[in-house]
Amino acid sequence: MSTDTVEDLDAFRRRAREFVRGNLEVLLPGARASLLRNDKTDEEELEDVARDRALQRQLYDAGLAGICVPREYGGQGLTPEHQKVLNEEISGYQYPQRFQAPTFAPCLAVLLDFGTEEQKLAHIPAMLKGEELWMQFLSEPSGGSDVAGALTTAVRDGDEWILNGSKVWTTGAWWSDWGLCLARTDWDLPKHRGLSVFIFPIHQPGIEVQRIALLNGFKDFCQEFLTDLRVPDTDRIGEINDGWTVGTRWMFHERMLHHSPLVTMPPDDAHSGGGADALLRVARAAGRLDDPTIADKVGEGYVLQWAGEALQHRIQTGMATGTMSDQAAAVGRLFGGVATARTATLKFDISGAGGVAWADDDGELVVPGDDYLMRQISSIGGGTTEMARNVVSERVLGMPRELSGDKGVPFRDVPRGPS
Amino acid sequence: MQLDLSSDQEFFRETTARFLEDLVPVATVRALIDDPQGFDDDYWRRGAELGWTSLLVDEAHGGGSISGDGLADLTVIAHEFGAHAAPGPLLPTNLVAGALSAVSGDGHADVIAGLLDGSGVATWAYAERRPHDHLGEVTLTIRPDGDDLVLDGVKRPVESGGRADHLLVTGRTGDGLTQVLVPVGTAGLTVRPLSGVDLTRRFSEVTFDSVRVPRSALVGELGGAADQVELQLQQAVVIGTSESVGAMQAGFDITLEWVFDRYSFGRPLASYQAIKHRMAEMKVWLEAGHGLSDLATAAVSARSPEAAVVVSAAKAYVGDNGAELLQECVQLHGGIGVTFEHDMHLFLRRQAVNRMLYGTPTEHRVRITSIMSSQEVAA
Repeated sequence: MSTDTVEDLDAFRRRAREFVRGNLEVLLPGARASLLRNDKTDEEELEDVARDRALQRQLYDAGLAGICVPREYGGQGLTPEHQKVLNEEISGYQYPQRFQAPTFAPCLAVLLDFGTEEQKLAHIPAMLKGEELWMQFLSEPSGGSDVAGALTTAVRDGDEWILNGSKVWTTGAWWSDWGLCLARTDWDLPKHRGLSVFIFPIHQPGIEVQRIALLNGFKDFCQEFLTDLRVPDTDRIGEINDGWTVGTRWMFHERMLHHSPLVTMPPDDAHSGGGADALLRVARAAGRLDDPTIADKVGEGYVLQWAGEALQHRIQTGMATGTMSDQAAAVGRLFGGVATARTATLKFDISGAGGVAWADDDGELVVPGDDYLMRQISSIGGGTTEMARNVVSERVLGMPRELSGDKGVPFRDVPRGPS
Repeated sequence: MQLDLSSDQEFFRETTARFLEDLVPVATVRALIDDPQGFDDDYWRRGAELGWTSLLVDEAHGGGSISGDGLADLTVIAHEFGAHAAPGPLLPTNLVAGALSAVSGDGHADVIAGLLDGSGVATWAYAERRPHDHLGEVTLTIRPDGDDLVLDGVKRPVESGGRADHLLVTGRTGDGLTQVLVPVGTAGLTVRPLSGVDLTRRFSEVTFDSVRVPRSALVGELGGAADQVELQLQQAVVIGTSESVGAMQAGFDITLEWVFDRYSFGRPLASYQAIKHRMAEMKVWLEAGHGLSDLATAAVSARSPEAAVVVSAAKAYVGDNGAELLQECVQLHGGIGVTFEHDMHLFLRRQAVNRMLYGTPTEHRVRITSIMSSQEVAA
């Protein structure tokens, strides 16, 4: 294959299929149903992380990593259509799930958009080889949805910056390598104008990682405390105090996750709530598939799944044809949050009493209860659905903006609650 | 409606939209409430001249599409019908024209010609009277008797049954389904008008009491029509769903304008977050409705193995979420929203009718589960 001709899609499909079937393990149904489950010991989790790194390296060696990443950064320089083909071919097989988000989208995407040549060369090939897992140091304890209100502060000291503050909701920071961090570099400028973006290794003096136990016992979310963390200026992404320009694209890439051309993910994994097939399996396990009231609920799950797929396709077409702005991604985000929570409720309802009290050998009935308790995560993580409703109404429909207390005043004068 | 219409499709859409605005503005639609037929024959003939009834008909039979995908073209027209609450037998005439063209060879050519030039109206007699009114239930019998076929049973609701010249009747012959084309004047056939919620769309109950037709009335094989009936059902659903999405779009646009113009406590309704968030939710339902309707249309056109499920998903989603959207539009208008004077009810009516025809949202959800569980067992 030469560098100036694009590999034919059918040839690419044959190559991808040959690799996937010859090298990857088949997944059992439901094995990928939810990430946020307390069903592994730490040792098992670390084994899974190591396997994801090895899988990513295998893909890299096979010329199937970074399909849409330019070749000079270790990618394949192919098209989103090639990525779609790979997603289809990998469906039903193991793949390096932990690398997709947030390493490839949004972190790699942000590096591609804003990184210097040195930064790209230092990190993008390492990501694609499975050597660097990245995390987003974005949310803070003081506010989740209002990410531009970051309090974490970076102060210039010669060729370095000194960072102090705290970040939270980083999935798997305890086993990850690098962080992409939004910090405040000028408290005298208005909120959005005093921010800058930095990158740094997570496991070093100056960063303490604590794990957070969720209500279902899941412990992969973390909080980090940065204390006099020194970051060289060469590890700044974008211009000083122009971090919100980076942040805006960053959040666009985050919202695109399942549909980003940088992400390898089987189409059925992109479906909400583990997909409607899980509802069918739970109904069968509960012995209630012949009950029309249950069939109605299973059917609703499929309706939501197809609606989500149709909506994403429409939004992508809208953006590609210029009839919708990038802000329309919030329409998909709002749908996804609501539909995933609804699907979790449907699954719980279908499981009946078996969903609240089960035996270990109850199969598909073991998980619906915990998934139901956790259902709002889909409407909270990655920006709440309330934020999405604001974006849709204000940016998509052009309705008046909400009053805010942080416009046009120095950030240090913006009212804050007791900390 | 697709965001990437071809320029020919866009021209077709715009021509139809302008035609509807000129000939059947809302004042005309309101005035038709007392018209027993619900539409004017000359209006329908002129619409047919624009190509409204040719899209599912082969070129060999005198038909033709705009884009090569006649069903997609037809859903563009259906969308405009919904957005204008337009009168006329768009769905039944196209369904019958398409069925005759697809399976009758040289038979019924004169009937097809009449549908194409708008002089004739035909309709599909499919659903039945309770207790046989479940989705897909067919009890009307079509029995061979010498050279004839004999029909016994009751069909309802039959759209434009009072105006149609021909009925495409779906019946049962033993274990199989049969379709025949029956002229309305045939002995033993009685048409009884029904009352209904749409201002212009009329429905009838049609009783077949030993109605005798020659075998030449057959559309397809005796007892072998199940696949064609399934295709007609899918086509009917996507046409109706596209029309409903057009009605949703019209209701949404009127409401968005209203919340900007209406002031309360010294500020526009659009400035209240409670209302902004509801408009955002409605926007999601609207766009998902557009997307599903288009996805279902493409699946039917491609004869995709997933077509039945996607069609049912579109029917259920647009049926329920379209209803919620339009009732939210009424709610956001306050008292004026429930008056006859305001236009909102034209769109509410149209969506409400489409929601219930060709299977309710619940029936389609159950149908999806039935299809998916049988596939899972087979696999």
